[in-house]
Amino acid sequence: MADVLAISNVRKSFGSELVLNNLSLAVPEHTATVLIGASGSGKSTLLRCINLLESIDDGQIFLDGEEISDPLINVDEVRRKLGMVFQSFNLFPHKTVLENITLAPMKVQGKNKDKAITAALALLKRFDLADKADQYPDRLSGGQQQRVAIIRSLALNPRLLLLDEITSALDPVLVNEVLSIVRDLKSDGMTMVLATHEMGFATQVADEVCFLESGNILERGSAQDVLHAPKNPKTQEFLKRVHQAGRL
Amino acid sequence: MSERINSAWSPSSREIERRGARKRISRRQATIAAVSSLLVLGTLISITITSPGWAVVKKTFFDIGYGREVFPTVIAGLWINLQLTFIGGFCIGVIALCLALLRTTKSPALTPFRFLATAYVDIFRGAPLILIILLVGFGVPALQLKGIPSNVIFLGTVAVVLTYSAYVAEVIRSGILSIHPSQRAAARSLGLTSGQTMRYVVLPQAIRRVVPPLLNDFVSLLKDTGLVSILGVTDAVRAAQINASRTFNYTPYVVAAIMFLLITIPMTRYTDRAIRQRSNAQSAEGAI
Repeated sequence: MADVLAISNVRKSFGSELVLNNLSLAVPEHTATVLIGASGSGKSTLLRCINLLESIDDGQIFLDGEEISDPLINVDEVRRKLGMVFQSFNLFPHKTVLENITLAPMKVQGKNKDKAITAALALLKRFDLADKADQYPDRLSGGQQQRVAIIRSLALNPRLLLLDEITSALDPVLVNEVLSIVRDLKSDGMTMVLATHEMGFATQVADEVCFLESGNILERGSAQDVLHAPKNPKTQEFLKRVHQAGRL
Repeated sequence: MSERINSAWSPSSREIERRGARKRISRRQATIAAVSSLLVLGTLISITITSPGWAVVKKTFFDIGYGREVFPTVIAGLWINLQLTFIGGFCIGVIALCLALLRTTKSPALTPFRFLATAYVDIFRGAPLILIILLVGFGVPALQLKGIPSNVIFLGTVAVVLTYSAYVAEVIRSGILSIHPSQRAAARSLGLTSGQTMRYVVLPQAIRRVVPPLLNDFVSLLKDTGLVSILGVTDAVRAAQINASRTFNYTPYVVAAIMFLLITIPMTRYTDRAIRQRSNAQSAEGAI
């Protein structure tokens, strides 16, 4: 299997603060890579760098073998191949659910309106949101909003889906309805990189789990190894704290 | 998913007591409000009426007969003010939007224009409107350029548009800057270009957010069109002035003031309501 995403020796700092330190990662096709680690360990920054929302200070990022960290690359074209879902949903509040989903297919991919709407409605139906198509986002629950946000990025048929702590802003009851979508996508073979604090969920979907600390991957391996038999003392300590918080 | 109110419910004796108490309290408050209003207004009116100059003021400012006589000329002048307001308002909207977009763009090709837009806003926001009206009204005709009309109404409107475009551009720009960067990040990560992001995501939200302050500026615009009278445009203010200086009776000024108020007070009430609705909506969307 070819790697969809390859990251080598990436470095990123904000001012004097080093956020990503010589980090490397490979994500093969149809696999899910889960990033875990405390807040501030660099998970979100890594995802934002992959999506070119942040520029890196050193190293290289490849998408399907093409270097996307090249400053001459067309960033809009790269982002078309990447889906990104945010912790705070970031739906467009002035557009209905349907308009949120069809905006990019129409304006970015140049799909005609009818086709875009048909595709969007099919996705909404698949994830039990068909009755919300004409609602505005602020009429939806957090879980529904996040599901719409996921559908919005799926509408572009991304090569790689980046999920940045997508359940952190939700209450425990709503978390599951969002995670079940991700499980569905995983079984469809979607390639994903996700940052999460839901360790149980990580165990279910992860092909590889990476533990980040101070901008570097301290431990990586199968969910079974990293989450249930961690070798690195820092991983052990992090998981112990997660466990105490009742999240494992 | 709140439960339906039980139809068989009847208030408890304690609740009936509380309702009685609430009624007594509000009756007392109404009495206090009425007494204090009568006292304050009564004092103001009696001070005015018993003042030594009241007889003269009444004749020169509140001459109802003369007011009726000048009413048609003042209202004809007001029509000019309204025309200036609507035509000017449209031009201001277009120019201000361009200025705001130029000031917020990061495109390197537009750097000189961004520079010019900033200078423009600094100059026209900083200089008194009345000076701009005088400079444009008397300066432009002096250039004797061909094709530029020396009509005072036109030049007065240009001056007002120049100044107000700078104000309104800043209002729109503040709206653009108030949209959270996460909205832009979401749009860009969907592959929208920065122009598309501005057009479909940022600007629609920004404009909605600044509608109340823009309505406020619109009210000011209507009042400030009265300043073009210094160029000799026969608007409501000028019409009143002509009549007043003819007879040394200032009732026409009061008539003009009342005319402006009849338009601006409903407009400001509407603006206040729009602001209130806007802030209610914002607190409702706190989850986003």
